[in-house]
Amino acid sequence: MEKNLKNYFKLFKSTFFLSAFTFGGGYVIIPLMKKKFVDELGWLEEEEMLDMAAMAQSSPGPMAVNASILAGWRLMGIFGALVAIAGTVLPPLIILSVISLFYAAFRDNVMVNAVLKGMMAGVCAVIFDVVITMGGKVIKAKKPLPILIMTGAFIVYFVLRVNIIYIILFCGTLGALMSLHDKKTGRENV
Amino acid sequence: MIYLQLFWSFFQIGLFSFGGGFAAMPLIQSQVVDIHGWLTLTEFTDLITISEMTPGPIAINSATFVGTQIAGLGGALVSTFGCILPSCIIVSLLAWLYGKYKELAVIKGVLAGLRPTVVALIFSAWLSILVLSFWGPDGFTWDISSIDFIAVTLFAAGLFLLQKFKPNPIFIMLGSGVIGGACYLLF
Repeated sequence: MEKNLKNYFKLFKSTFFLSAFTFGGGYVIIPLMKKKFVDELGWLEEEEMLDMAAMAQSSPGPMAVNASILAGWRLMGIFGALVAIAGTVLPPLIILSVISLFYAAFRDNVMVNAVLKGMMAGVCAVIFDVVITMGGKVIKAKKPLPILIMTGAFIVYFVLRVNIIYIILFCGTLGALMSLHDKKTGRENV
Repeated sequence: MIYLQLFWSFFQIGLFSFGGGFAAMPLIQSQVVDIHGWLTLTEFTDLITISEMTPGPIAINSATFVGTQIAGLGGALVSTFGCILPSCIIVSLLAWLYGKYKELAVIKGVLAGLRPTVVALIFSAWLSILVLSFWGPDGFTWDISSIDFIAVTLFAAGLFLLQKFKPNPIFIMLGSGVIGGACYLLF
């Protein structure tokens, strides 16, 4: 693709609006991105988009940012990646800055306080719904190791209060070692 | 040096959150509430609620919110930069590796190990929010009269609706905000 100002602006505008309308973050960005870059603009092939989604999911950090870096880089090199990052980060940065400025005054209001308290119960339900779905998948797969990791990680973190970063490092390494072991023995533990 | 602390905390959040969505939540709680005490658990829960109501990734929303609260606009920029820097490095590296080798068995293994871990960590973060919602900032007690039954009812109703009709979560939060808010003001 031609690296001119017009295309950079188009990339910025696309990522900005994608980010501004991605509520809840995470996986939602992938289908929206496909619609924009594959169907609407014809900048990417569907196959490429799927590979990018896989890489964005495999990397740490916010998925929307990861996907933008990959798409920006693929389309217009390193400056494309930077433009795409700026477009993705700006909407939440602006919105949360504004909310944050008013938050203190906002929180002290009796009515707002009551609404936030009600919403807290709602957000609890939403998170638990996510946990049920994710945990259900782990249990239904009926592989002993992931179930063991899930129970173990909970006990080590919630009861023993071990630093979360050590738990992530340990379990990630364990997964890597098991997959290498599985490859050697032809079994499927993970 | 508060800027450096903010940068380093959110760098770690960016580096260790795998899996999108709520995966970053326990890490943010650990850094922002438990380790540095930048936010109370109530403020953190408000932040999660706000993040779910506004567009953008939870990690970026949190970086901006915490940064602004602690050190103004500069804090927000430093935190956000810290949060996305690991992505920039690792995604580029991975894209390069992927182009070279295509099949990444080890990375798949790492993710297979992390998926159940992330579920456990989100579950833990959820438990602390649940205790806050049902018992308030003083924490869990066996005393039944200390339970907030409005919150319990909202939670149960919300969960039922989510499981049964799979609506957009925003409606559940808005609904519980309006109905719960009215109940709290009336009773």
